[in-house]
Amino acid sequence: MYKYDTYDQTLVDARVADFGDQVARRLSGEMTEDQFKPLRLMNGLYLQLHAYMLRVAIPYGTLDSRQMRMLGSIARDYDRGYGHFTTRQNLQFNWIKLEDTPEILAKLATVEMHAIQTSGNCIRNISSDQYAGAAADEVGDPRPWAELLRQWSSFHPEFSYLPRKFKIAVIGAEQDRAAIQLHDIGLQMRRDDAGELGFRVLVGGGMGRTPMIGSVIRDFIPAADLLSYVEACLRVYNRYGRRDNIYKARIKILVHELGAPEYARQVEEEWTHVKTLGLDPPQAEYDRIAAFFAPPAFAEGLPTEIDRSDAGFAHWVDQNTAAHKAAGYAIVTVSLKPTGGIPGDATADQIDLIADLAERYSFDEMRITHSQNVVLPHVQRQDLRAIWDALVAAGLATANLDLVTDIIACPGLDYCSLANARSIPVAQKITERFADPDRQRDIGELKLKISGCINACGHHHAGHIGILGVDRKGEENYQLSFGGSAAEDTSIAKIIGPGFSEDGVVDAVEKAVETYRGLREPGERFLDTYRRVGLQPFKAAIYGDAGSTTPVREPVA
Amino acid sequence: MKILTGQDLASGDVTWWTGSGWSLHLFDAVDVGDAGPAIAAAEEKALRVNVPYVIDATQTADGPMPAHIKDRIRAAGPTVHPAFGIHPEIPILKTPAQHENNADAPSEVKAN
Amino acid sequence: MIRFRDDVAHDAPPAPLAEFVGESNATAVRLEPTDDARALLPHLDRLALIEVAFPKFRDGRGYSAGRILREAGYLGELRAQGDLLVDQIPLMRRCGFDSFVPDVPVDEAALARTLDRYPNVYQKAADGRSPVWALRHG
Repeated sequence: MYKYDTYDQTLVDARVADFGDQVARRLSGEMTEDQFKPLRLMNGLYLQLHAYMLRVAIPYGTLDSRQMRMLGSIARDYDRGYGHFTTRQNLQFNWIKLEDTPEILAKLATVEMHAIQTSGNCIRNISSDQYAGAAADEVGDPRPWAELLRQWSSFHPEFSYLPRKFKIAVIGAEQDRAAIQLHDIGLQMRRDDAGELGFRVLVGGGMGRTPMIGSVIRDFIPAADLLSYVEACLRVYNRYGRRDNIYKARIKILVHELGAPEYARQVEEEWTHVKTLGLDPPQAEYDRIAAFFAPPAFAEGLPTEIDRSDAGFAHWVDQNTAAHKAAGYAIVTVSLKPTGGIPGDATADQIDLIADLAERYSFDEMRITHSQNVVLPHVQRQDLRAIWDALVAAGLATANLDLVTDIIACPGLDYCSLANARSIPVAQKITERFADPDRQRDIGELKLKISGCINACGHHHAGHIGILGVDRKGEENYQLSFGGSAAEDTSIAKIIGPGFSEDGVVDAVEKAVETYRGLREPGERFLDTYRRVGLQPFKAAIYGDAGSTTPVREPVA
Repeated sequence: MKILTGQDLASGDVTWWTGSGWSLHLFDAVDVGDAGPAIAAAEEKALRVNVPYVIDATQTADGPMPAHIKDRIRAAGPTVHPAFGIHPEIPILKTPAQHENNADAPSEVKAN
Repeated sequence: MIRFRDDVAHDAPPAPLAEFVGESNATAVRLEPTDDARALLPHLDRLALIEVAFPKFRDGRGYSAGRILREAGYLGELRAQGDLLVDQIPLMRRCGFDSFVPDVPVDEAALARTLDRYPNVYQKAADGRSPVWALRHG
């Protein structure tokens, strides 16, 4: 893991003082809320439905036990004993007092953490593959590049007042676990014909009210030129991105309106100039950072066989562990999606327990996933049973990774001042409806994602099944969509028809799942069957035969 | 009726205008008639409230009930954490019209 | 006006870009957010003042304009004018601005604190400061 040097520490400490000063000026009335808002957002502080909410950055989702325990301790001392892991691999606290934030940030800084640029119209936390450095299918480790991008983007003087927020993801594997095609910039490591390391660059993907899949604007940028090239991408956006309409301000709209080839041409032209400015750090800086991500000292000659006589344990191993590149090791995903629970929430005690397990069994390292779970990346297979036992005792052993109950949900109207409907109760009811583990396993991979408004923080556009909560005449209503994906086969889900009540949408999901079970061919996931047979059989099952002629309700704009 | 709500600047707590100050309890809210924007502007300037705004509400036997579900949740707390609510008795899903007709809230009301 | 230059401030009002380009002897110009700063590149040697408008503090186009002008070698006064917040001035300094005319006067003590806050920077910009990656491998 990356460790701060005195430069990094000094900068984060300076930010703590800076924000403390800003908070004091707000509390004294020197600043209005309108002036303070962009400053607090750039430090991850929102004013939500019930309180201030503080979003803490977990760069590319990686943290150690000391940092994790600090999150637990803040949850206990300043919040209400829990935290919420987000789809940007961060953590947010829901019950924060403005007057406490300088102290909280000072505590975070003691463990090399901060809330810098976790919101606002700036470059957000760089996200990455939760299996980085452990997966068997990597061209290279994306984390050193994510760290380089983190440093480059922190307090960037030119790009702190962009037209809109800006999200960058970087991966090093063929399999896409970070949704790069749905990012403002997606970077995929690859090698060119000469074996040189570089990146494929996608621009203009995103969800929100106008979901779009990113376009490849350059098939290969040499790694040594990455930062100057990204700088050129951002400069074109900062100058020409729309500022007349907040709903058209993301870079996807600029790329869409110009056309990807024209946007790419403008970037190349800007880059011809920008690359002469000496913005790219030398190889020595990359080497310095990469050394922190050297593979840990994996033991050799470990047993790979495990005792599978306990069926519950065996199911968990099959569902929640993935192949590791080192023999005798596994990647463990700790599910934060218990039946009837709140997706992504963890209590302070659970946070501490996961930290203990990481320290003892996983080289003191954890990853947060964009589907709101926690990964122990380097676990010896012979330790899996001990880990499972500890997780069972803490209510964290739900064996549902990538199954129908592994739901992504935004906080929705229970917490969020932008929401139109609640998301969490829908997730709770669906997990209760599909609680039977045998039934879930039989259904197989099914990514269900719920957003409480059109901003799509719950990624409903990218769900095999997506649910969007809307406000229909003051009442919560839920639209169902099918066919989305955030993986390497990225697609945008389509709305299937008129919306439902909260209970109605749970019933409709169940009908869709049963329709799939009736139609599937061997090996097909829900998504595959849907793509093969189309919407009609699902619509007929959900709305009845009459429903198949019901006009499709367009999303509320 | 119209009632005035906002959040405490330092704590972020949701507050309701009582006619002479700010309360954490919805049922202390009073009808502000047309005076809401003026009270809001003065109180915000004095830093006694942050981001105040006027909402529609209905007077019920319990007290004023916001017309919109968002403000009922603001008053009650998150429906998924009833223990954190300060007004657990507020029937979040019961609309003002259902109140007036003394109808029951929809069955899916959480344990609050 | 807050100024970080020793020379005498230009006192004539700057011309709008369209007027300036058509006029051979003006020495001061004003850029609106929609103006292309690169239109000035052929004229930099005769300019003493470029004023960049920030009509709303959320509109960050002027930050790019400032850097583009400095990257092209402009050495004259680069002035930010408009809805400027005290916490934005350090970023503008990094983008090459050396004078500031905020619509509402900023608190000088707060400005001094924020300008002194960050001893280092993570990236190269238009102010000549060495990023930490250069210091690390000095």
